[in-house]
Amino acid sequence: MTKKNSKSQSQTRSQKQNSQPADIPKVKTGIKGLDHILHGGLPKGRPTMVCGSAGCGKTVLAMEFLVRGVRDHNEPGVFFSFEESEAELILNFSPLNYNLPELIKNNSLRIDCIRIEKSEIEETGEYDLEGLFVRLEQAIDEIGAKRVVLDTIEALFSGLKNQFVLRAELRRLFHWLKAKGVTAIITGEKGEGQFTRQGLEEYVSDCVIFLDNRVINEISTRRIRIVKYRGSMHASDEYPFLIDNTGFSVIPISALTLDHKASKERVSSGVADLDEMLDGQGYYKGSSILISGMAGSGKTSLGASFAEAACKRGEKTLYFCFEESQDQLFRNMESIGVHLSKWEKKGLLKVVATRPSFYGIEMHLLQMYKEIENFEPACLVVDPISNMNSVGNFNEIRAMMMRLIDILKSRQITSIFTSLKSAQSVMEEADGGISSLIDTWISVREVANGNEQNRALCILKSRGMPHSNKIREFILTAKGVKLVDIYKTSSGVLTGAARRADTAARAAGVIASGLNKGGQP
Amino acid sequence: MKKTKVLKKAKTSRKAKTPRKAKTPKKLWELRLYVAGQTEKSVLALINLKKICETHLQGVYSIEVIDLLRQPQLAKGDQIVATPTLVKKLPVPVKRIIGDLSDTERVLVGLNLKSLR
Repeated sequence: MTKKNSKSQSQTRSQKQNSQPADIPKVKTGIKGLDHILHGGLPKGRPTMVCGSAGCGKTVLAMEFLVRGVRDHNEPGVFFSFEESEAELILNFSPLNYNLPELIKNNSLRIDCIRIEKSEIEETGEYDLEGLFVRLEQAIDEIGAKRVVLDTIEALFSGLKNQFVLRAELRRLFHWLKAKGVTAIITGEKGEGQFTRQGLEEYVSDCVIFLDNRVINEISTRRIRIVKYRGSMHASDEYPFLIDNTGFSVIPISALTLDHKASKERVSSGVADLDEMLDGQGYYKGSSILISGMAGSGKTSLGASFAEAACKRGEKTLYFCFEESQDQLFRNMESIGVHLSKWEKKGLLKVVATRPSFYGIEMHLLQMYKEIENFEPACLVVDPISNMNSVGNFNEIRAMMMRLIDILKSRQITSIFTSLKSAQSVMEEADGGISSLIDTWISVREVANGNEQNRALCILKSRGMPHSNKIREFILTAKGVKLVDIYKTSSGVLTGAARRADTAARAAGVIASGLNKGGQP
Repeated sequence: MKKTKVLKKAKTSRKAKTPRKAKTPKKLWELRLYVAGQTEKSVLALINLKKICETHLQGVYSIEVIDLLRQPQLAKGDQIVATPTLVKKLPVPVKRIIGDLSDTERVLVGLNLKSLR
């Protein structure tokens, strides 16, 4: 991924500025994750530049800054729009639950549209922008605004010809805003080789935030970056962000560290026989489990059994489904006696079914994070993680998994990932290189025997517990998953019908002793 | 600095109203001049405007001077950003001429009294 347009002189300047140790007074934006990467919020009483290309979310960020200011901090705000009218803005923001008309009604928000119609304007001689100042002051004083947005002031440049006057007046404007003591967001359209088309970052140099909407493999991902922040530390990476009906959210994923607690508590896998193989007690609480195997080997059944068991214990479970719809999953699992729909109705189970290609990989992570935040599950199933291949390469999936597992572990969420393995692929590769991140790895495979294809299961690894080293036959019955010992006879490993015949024969006492039975579990 | 000269301002606005009263019947040109305080630019703009009107629109115009420092709420209605701004309310189409009106040619073009060559 190339970072274009990011090497401007303002960046190098910012690095010098950021070496100051003490932080300046800040204002919380209230936007999830943004305050975190800003190390507390926007600079109080100073203007901040938010720039990016068309449709990258500048206006939403700015509006949410105001709305959250009103809601969470009781700070009135004014939105000066140079592009859209008040009615248009209210309409455009109606899908987001900001409830702008009410905020306007009780005087905590004001939207002021400043329209400049070039065709109506003739310029003759000297002028200044005192009219604009008067309007700003009027609106700010009227409701005692603490937060101000100018969206986007660059529209002035297309309306007025005299660049010298404009630039001088804008400089004066930003000083004036500072003197007024309001925390302001000024938006600007991304320009060629600079952050804004008119180089406004030269004037608003305290804090610059860059938004980006990049399309890779036909999938777009929004990203945010703090370009500079005078007088403060800030996170400098690019972070994915999301705009949905609850507004704007950023995840500071790489801010996580490797310091999560390890629980000694155990949770059932949902399959009694499998628990038995895992030291008789099942998985560790808060551990991550990988179930890998080829198509039709029963990965989903194991995942669903785990989910059902968790719900039976009264634990909330989140199920991410990347292959089937919720209905399809419920129907299919009914057939093996795993009843998920009643838990869904009780609110203990939540199924989130999406196509991997619906978003980029970062977006998936963000979406998952949001779901985890909101639902606060104790257990989680991702089925299957390998489907992410279609939207990300090996490294990206690995990075995503690492972040996801960090999030899950820090919250002590027991999680199961299923992974589809193709017949030829090397084991490591098929599992997204995530095996090192995984605590318990279960492999399910298919064993051809006679004219049958049967399933077998083994535990490849399970950190911190004694576990069975046996390969056991894995049977899907109408009452759930069963694991039975594989029979080893002189004629080889017996599974399915051959095993049954052998057992029956043995019970009938026909077969002489001397044939070896598979080891005890 | 601008606010200190409010007194003088009041005088101009009274002056501006006088011709309007006298020529009530055939007021075809309704002009509004927005200024922000008694600055050099606003004084110059009013002088220039009067000169142009007397030359080209004698007897058929009215000028209303609005000082935004005294009536800031009026800036919104006519979408005033720059000062001084001359708004030609009538005859339609509405036109805004910003600046001190020192370029007579351009003012005349703006007022649709002269087409741009």
